[in-house]
Amino acid sequence: MTHPSDAGPAPVLALKDVTKSFGAVRALRGVSLELFPGEVHALAGENGAGKSTLIKTLAGVHRADAGRVLLDGEPVVFHGPGDARDAGIAVIYQEPTLFPDLSIAENIFMGRQPRRALGRIDHKATHAATADLMRRLGVELDPDRPARGLSIADQQIVEIAKALSFDARVLIMDEPTAALTGSEVARLFGVVRTLREQGAAVLFISHRLEEIFQICQRVTTLRDGAWIASEPLADMTEDDLVRRMVGRDLDELYPKQDVTPGEVALSVRRLTREGVFTDVSFEVRRGEIVGLAGLVGAGRTEVARAVFGIDRWDAGEVEVQGRRLTNGAPSTAMAAGLALVPEDRRAQGLVMDMSIERNIGLTGLRTTVKAGLMDRGAERSRSLDWAVKLQVKYARIADTVNTLSGGNQQKVVLAKWLATGPKVLIVDEPTRGIDVGTKAEVHRLLSELAADGVAVLMISSDLPEILGMADRVLVMHEGRLAAEIPRTEATEETVMAAATGRAAA
Amino acid sequence: MPESLTRAVRWDTVVGALLIVLLLFSFSFVDGFGNALNLSFLIGNTLPIALIALPMTLLVVSGEIDLSVASTAGLSGAVMGALWNQGLTIEAIIPICLLLGVVCGLVNGLLVTRLGLPSLAVTIGTMAAYRGIAQIVLGSDAVTDFPTQYLDFAAGRLGDTFLPQAFLPFVVLLAIAVVVLHATPFGRSLFAIGASEEAARFAGIRVRRHKLILFTVTGLMASLTGIFWALHYASARYDNATGLELSVIAAVLLGGIDFDGGKGTLGGAVAGVFLLGAAQNVMSLQDVSAQSQIVVTGVLLVVSVLGPRVARQISVARAGRRATAPTPTA
Repeated sequence: MTHPSDAGPAPVLALKDVTKSFGAVRALRGVSLELFPGEVHALAGENGAGKSTLIKTLAGVHRADAGRVLLDGEPVVFHGPGDARDAGIAVIYQEPTLFPDLSIAENIFMGRQPRRALGRIDHKATHAATADLMRRLGVELDPDRPARGLSIADQQIVEIAKALSFDARVLIMDEPTAALTGSEVARLFGVVRTLREQGAAVLFISHRLEEIFQICQRVTTLRDGAWIASEPLADMTEDDLVRRMVGRDLDELYPKQDVTPGEVALSVRRLTREGVFTDVSFEVRRGEIVGLAGLVGAGRTEVARAVFGIDRWDAGEVEVQGRRLTNGAPSTAMAAGLALVPEDRRAQGLVMDMSIERNIGLTGLRTTVKAGLMDRGAERSRSLDWAVKLQVKYARIADTVNTLSGGNQQKVVLAKWLATGPKVLIVDEPTRGIDVGTKAEVHRLLSELAADGVAVLMISSDLPEILGMADRVLVMHEGRLAAEIPRTEATEETVMAAATGRAAA
Repeated sequence: MPESLTRAVRWDTVVGALLIVLLLFSFSFVDGFGNALNLSFLIGNTLPIALIALPMTLLVVSGEIDLSVASTAGLSGAVMGALWNQGLTIEAIIPICLLLGVVCGLVNGLLVTRLGLPSLAVTIGTMAAYRGIAQIVLGSDAVTDFPTQYLDFAAGRLGDTFLPQAFLPFVVLLAIAVVVLHATPFGRSLFAIGASEEAARFAGIRVRRHKLILFTVTGLMASLTGIFWALHYASARYDNATGLELSVIAAVLLGGIDFDGGKGTLGGAVAGVFLLGAAQNVMSLQDVSAQSQIVVTGVLLVVSVLGPRVARQISVARAGRRATAPTPTA
């Protein structure tokens, strides 16, 4: 292991050769990690690499089978999360759970409010202490505001303030940015820098590599439960980090092939759903990947839902391969060759309690039929075919999909729709929350589909993904198409300008 | 993990095994159970539950329920009696009653699918409404003078066996229901709808149409049951089949059909039906009062909803303990 500097301070918290198994699964195999005060340390690895287990071991949720946890160089044993908290270790989760009806101050000091005589809660002191915490974080949040209605970003700030109130010296942040907007991430990073300057040690987990490089000084990489490296980020490139995580050179993250667009496959004309989106017109040609960008709430997903028939439209029309679609009828959209990989794979893309085989089979209920009965052989071979083609990692095809990792679940959703042989494929946030290796696979797949003549409409909040994959970028702003930008002119600046309504189309 | 699968299979098997145990016990130790007359009573009395349990199973698998089935059956019987008093032929009356059942089911289905109301609330309402209409139609009369060949069919036995003649049509209907639920795209869709209606919609399944069909068929089967009931007991009254919905739902849930939808088999449901029917028969032979039998049915209903859940909790807890086995309690 390399230390940040020879004369550096001692690690405040460290793991030495920690091993942890769940049944036959070895989640951690001899992992070591050192966290120094005044350092933001990244923990990198694909889904299933052991990051969560490591965090839970540090936080006292799990106890290591072998190896040691060192606090200020002394071996310690945490018998539960309470022990870890008392030792100054706090975990900030992706989606905090606050009491919605209590104020920010009450949430922070829940169960240990400053008291006045006769055990009455000293509201003034609670308020003052909270205001002081907010000042230390450099954030303006009213301590008396109820937690209900706070954005996820603000809720995280409250959790961080709570951690500070416990005099936390180690802050573990588990994918804190996953649900934040760009400006919220910037504010969070401001807070993290403040904490670092005040001498806290921060362990930071994120799937977004650029964030790791932005905020962290060192990185520890895990792969399949094994420790791969701990090293300064200053000398590394994103490709280096990806190689550590994936264990091989990753094929390009955005393997976009050049394709000459064919005839129009999807044509949306003056589509309107009152109060949701207005007068949306665009075309997607065979072989094209068209990106649909915009801020969350701009109406992108809603347009996709209406086109596919989940919601009804109030005016306008949609044609797929020259066939007019019926309003509000997904089955006719499917028959015309349209497929939609929805935004929420757990609620919309999959029946979580059903097997992989039957989930893929759900789109084949019209085709894998013989004499009106399910043709089970045909259903199974169709499902197996596509699960193998998309390299879904599973034990048995009859396993329920809730046993799969997020990336593999997304592959099952893709398999389910590719099995219909779509002419037009709409994908809504196709790589949200999946690791970088699977992300690259999904991109390659989309690129190959386009090369085979499928028209692809890709909705994404991941701007590099839009810029890397799309032939053209459509940008929505407040329910309207704000701009259409060709690949050559699409940059973060031009797309964001249109998405925030700063530029006219 | 196919844990849920093995658990479901096990629950079916448990119910089937319980049925066999109860039958063996009753044949050996309950006086009067094993003779042909009692067995034909048992099956004849259970057939109304079994007939309605077929569509009810499909309905519960799709995440819905129909509490108005017994009232629909009663209404059919009442209309049958009233029309018979008017002098219509039985051949004309039966199609009219079946059509009436279709309308009853259609009303339920439209209220649920078009207005988006929960089926529990809708069918509690129509349960009262259909029963009320039945009373308006027939008052407190009892019509008993139906043609003997029909009464004989509904009460008669197959040759020298203990099986009622009506058992044959039931077997045919059961076979159709099994095929529809377990071997057709329609049945496959019902499991998807019950497990996740939203995901089913995103897979292009016409959720509302499926449900409308189910409610309609349930109404049809309920009215068929009402006709059978009136002929079998040679009595058409407005309060025929009162409380039958409780037995049907208890039997279906006892058979392992998940109240939340998406899980279960018709085999389990039918085993549940005959388990309940045999238990009621044994209780009658032991002179357990009708009121006490209703208590037992109610308790069975609660147990059958709780049973699979408790089993699941135990298996989850066990899996959790396995996962964190090396860790002492936190």
